[in-house]
Amino acid sequence: MEEKTSNNKKLAFKLTSVVVLMFGFAFAMVPLYDVFCEVTGLNGKTGGQVSVDEGSSSTKADEEVREIKVQFLAMNNENAQVDFGPVQSSVVVKPGEVTEVYYKAVNLTNSIMTTQSVPSVSPLQAAEFLKKIECFCFKNQTLAVGEEKLMPLRFYIDKELPEEITKISLNYTIFDITEVKEGDEPVHQEHSTHQS
Amino acid sequence: MGEHHGPAKGITRWLYSTNHKDIGTLYLWLSLIMFFMGGVYAMCIRLELLQPGIQYFDPSLYNQFITLHGLIMVFGAVMPAFVGLANWMIPMMIGAPDMALPRMNNWSFWILPFAFSMLSLTTLMPGGGPNFGWTFYAPLSTTFAPPSTTFFIFAVHMMGASSIMGAINIIVTILNLRAPGMTLMKMPLFVWTWLITAFLLIAAMPILAGAVTMMLFDIHFGTSFFSAAGGGDPVLFQHVFWFFGHPEVYIIILPAFGVVSQIFPTFSRKPLFGYVSMVYATAAIAILSFIVWAHHMFLVGMPFVGEAFFMYATMLIAIPTGVKVFNWMTTMFKGAITFETPMLFAIGFLVLFTCGGFTGLMLAIGPADFQYHDSYFVVAHFHYVLVPGAIFSAMGATYYWLPKWTGNMYNETLGKVHFWLSFVSINVLFFPQHFLGLAGMPRRIPDYALAFADFNFLSSIGGFVYGASQLIFVYVVIQCIRGGTGKVSEKPWDGAVGLEWTLSSPPPYHSFSTPPDPKLIPDLH
Amino acid sequence: MNLFQNRSLSLPGFFLLLLLSPVTAFADMAMNMPVGVSTISREIYGLHMYILYIVCAIGVVVYGGILYTIIKYRKSNGQEPAHFTHSLKVELLWTAIPTVILIAIAIPATDTLRKIYDSSESDLDIMITGYQWKWKYEYVGEGVSFFSNLKTPLEQTEMGSTIEKNEAYLREVDNPLVIPSDKKVRFLITANDVIHAWWVPDFGVKKDAIPGFINETWVKVEKPGHYTGACAELCGRNHGYMPIEVIVKTPEDYQAWLDSKKQSNQKQAAAAQEAAKKEWTLEDLVAHGEEVYETNCAACHQGNGEGIPGVFPALKGSKIVTQDKKAHINIVLGGKNNMPSFKAMLNDVDIAAVITFERNSWGNNTGEMVSPADIAASK
Repeated sequence: MEEKTSNNKKLAFKLTSVVVLMFGFAFAMVPLYDVFCEVTGLNGKTGGQVSVDEGSSSTKADEEVREIKVQFLAMNNENAQVDFGPVQSSVVVKPGEVTEVYYKAVNLTNSIMTTQSVPSVSPLQAAEFLKKIECFCFKNQTLAVGEEKLMPLRFYIDKELPEEITKISLNYTIFDITEVKEGDEPVHQEHSTHQS
Repeated sequence: MGEHHGPAKGITRWLYSTNHKDIGTLYLWLSLIMFFMGGVYAMCIRLELLQPGIQYFDPSLYNQFITLHGLIMVFGAVMPAFVGLANWMIPMMIGAPDMALPRMNNWSFWILPFAFSMLSLTTLMPGGGPNFGWTFYAPLSTTFAPPSTTFFIFAVHMMGASSIMGAINIIVTILNLRAPGMTLMKMPLFVWTWLITAFLLIAAMPILAGAVTMMLFDIHFGTSFFSAAGGGDPVLFQHVFWFFGHPEVYIIILPAFGVVSQIFPTFSRKPLFGYVSMVYATAAIAILSFIVWAHHMFLVGMPFVGEAFFMYATMLIAIPTGVKVFNWMTTMFKGAITFETPMLFAIGFLVLFTCGGFTGLMLAIGPADFQYHDSYFVVAHFHYVLVPGAIFSAMGATYYWLPKWTGNMYNETLGKVHFWLSFVSINVLFFPQHFLGLAGMPRRIPDYALAFADFNFLSSIGGFVYGASQLIFVYVVIQCIRGGTGKVSEKPWDGAVGLEWTLSSPPPYHSFSTPPDPKLIPDLH
Repeated sequence: MNLFQNRSLSLPGFFLLLLLSPVTAFADMAMNMPVGVSTISREIYGLHMYILYIVCAIGVVVYGGILYTIIKYRKSNGQEPAHFTHSLKVELLWTAIPTVILIAIAIPATDTLRKIYDSSESDLDIMITGYQWKWKYEYVGEGVSFFSNLKTPLEQTEMGSTIEKNEAYLREVDNPLVIPSDKKVRFLITANDVIHAWWVPDFGVKKDAIPGFINETWVKVEKPGHYTGACAELCGRNHGYMPIEVIVKTPEDYQAWLDSKKQSNQKQAAAAQEAAKKEWTLEDLVAHGEEVYETNCAACHQGNGEGIPGVFPALKGSKIVTQDKKAHINIVLGGKNNMPSFKAMLNDVDIAAVITFERNSWGNNTGEMVSPADIAASK
């Protein structure tokens, strides 16, 4: 009888460790998902910052004949009191060609505002081929009262972009995150800051 | 151990019980009470949908009803019903004296009443109870949720802990306490399906716990797991939730498969057809359940490859499920069938669960799902799987084993009336919902366009009849406990096979104090 | 075959319906998926019917088998039970046959899926944003955008209403989406607050609208007409009250509509400026404010201004509404918690009117007037 009870306890203990492991796995799904998104372009998330070298090494723009239309979109989330939008609604680029465009944000409130812009790309498959060298979305942007800020985005399209894609839509959703204390990084960091 | 003593007297028998039968009984009563509570919510829903317009409940209250109906039916009615059956039957079926971890057994039950009391009391809080559907998608359940969500999260944690403890207990019991001679491949199918279900539970439940913990962090501690503003992603919530949610579907239905696999052979007086393939099919379904979750998310925007993968994986489930359906049919084939109430429920299960399976196959097809998704077609589908699937089988199991538990026979006529009323009304209730969904009615709405009025009316009538007929069940059970239509022998069903039928009816307080004679263990294949 | 042409029935349900009712009573009711008006919706419909036929055929075999067995092999017929327990041959057979059937389904399904994922250049891009509880349509690059609210009057939708309902009850909006026929229209779908889903059955289009992310889908409608749909993802209290109405016009008519929309936008802007300058009386503002309130505020704060306890605050008797005028203006302009900012959704006159209305209704008798100029000054 004694032996049996201890066997039971041993097995129960092993099973409990499976439970703990699976609980941990639920949290592991968060970074796993990010990696998965980056690899597959799931959900249209774009990757993190790439260096200029990397950009220019693949820049042989003259060899490319394809022209890709990149369309810029913007939207405000919930109560973000910002006049936010792209300066140019679209550009036509050749894969490999580094392009710089601007988004404009105007603080409409009577206080200093911290914003975070979140990128999203459609079609989803295009997300991993949109390479950003410089983006205002890499960090929080602070806007003084009434400030009008031109925010740069430097990117190029990877030449591996599948043939059938001729147009890419890039949307930024701007969030007012002023309530989160200044300098207090969100626990689960902005997607594009912790890669590359 | 204590084979010389019987149950304690009075309330302490139940509060401190470590006896598998007493705890099984507690689970079954809780399940029945929760079934009626979830049922009251369902009746309110059907009452509001009886006619177009808002007649009785404000939409915000209606949203609480659909949420609580789902949560209570899944976690309060169906799961405890099968855990109760497992507690009662597994030790008796494998020749064990009791469950392996009796104190934990007591714990895992007594958490539940508190969890469900807390959950249902949230409706009285300012802001109301959870109102985001039983799938509680973020950010509706985080940034936009009522304050009571914290209590909802706590209740889900408690239910999860209870299920996990129950599952550990069942695995240990089955693996360690089998009587000599009871090899794995001699175990009755109900035991097999529960063993696999228990493994699913310990793998899936912690994921749910993780999901609600992340929600808790997002709500109270400023993290952004599910909020795009902080770099999170609302779609991540759906991935985590359905990674739990799809195995959960099989946690609910596999024990039901086990139950009907006991009932069909008994009343066909013929051994179960294809025992080995049944075991393998069950295992196959369990494994597949972990790679199909994103078919609940065909609309969130997935790359073509992802969409196609989850479509194919989901379609694969039809194969082991088909094997099971054909095996049950062939078990009856060339038997000598009689139609007592448990058998009627098993046949009702087979016919209507198959219907739910058909719509399941339709829903698996990605492009078609673009139209079916989140429409009443889905509501019809999963209710066909859950009600005639899980609920019919749990009720069939109760009729099947009630004579064993009580030593008395239930009233057969009333049982049959209960079955036929349920069978007809359930179809009036859910079949028209297929049409509603195809015609374009979204789910989870309290009011609808006029084109949907007639079928909703019909569906509601079916709902009221179904709800009312369940009162017969309560009556039959209580009447049976109080003596029923007379005493029964140790084996009231002449075709029944298995160790549980070698014990007296009602069985002794400690099932097999001494291991049964190995010769009594039947070979099932 | 004809029997199944127009309705989706599997066997038990079919007999059930026969028993239940004169089938003719249901004949003119929509029971099946609409064929729709786009190439994709036709494809999906075809796929749906194809699977339905297969499923019905399997149903005939399975239900026929069960029926035969329980009639033939009942004990009361004097049957003696057989004792076989398994047969590898038949078990392999009923593993193999379903596999073949599944492949036969997977091939056309994959084909349709591929067509849906077509990402060729579109003629028109429309950004659709889901709000609690309305849709916003933005014609990308055209400078045209507008909100689309439920048009069914509150007196029909409120609790216990006995007023006869419109024919288009819960299927009508104030500003329908207008798109051209025979053109590839690309929808970029996103949301402002929670997850919504944009669904028009006749187009075969349903896609989740997720805050922070854009989702893409498209439609090419074959014939002009009027089509409706609804939000398909639970998005809070008024999930059932955010319908979709789409008017498909011929490309010429569409162009004319777009031009007039642009012009009227300018006109409206001019008119709004004009109106802002106008001297408003309290009565005029309250009257105009009531309309604005019904469309934009009543979903949460209710027609009677009492809100929903614990969820949506009451305006009736509220301190902010009866006393602190500045705070009142700021909340409407800036939003609070789950209340959106109306700064960009409504013009100064509308905002002034609705605030004035709120301060002078349901027993809130401040007698105060908020003028469009006050709003402009607070911005």
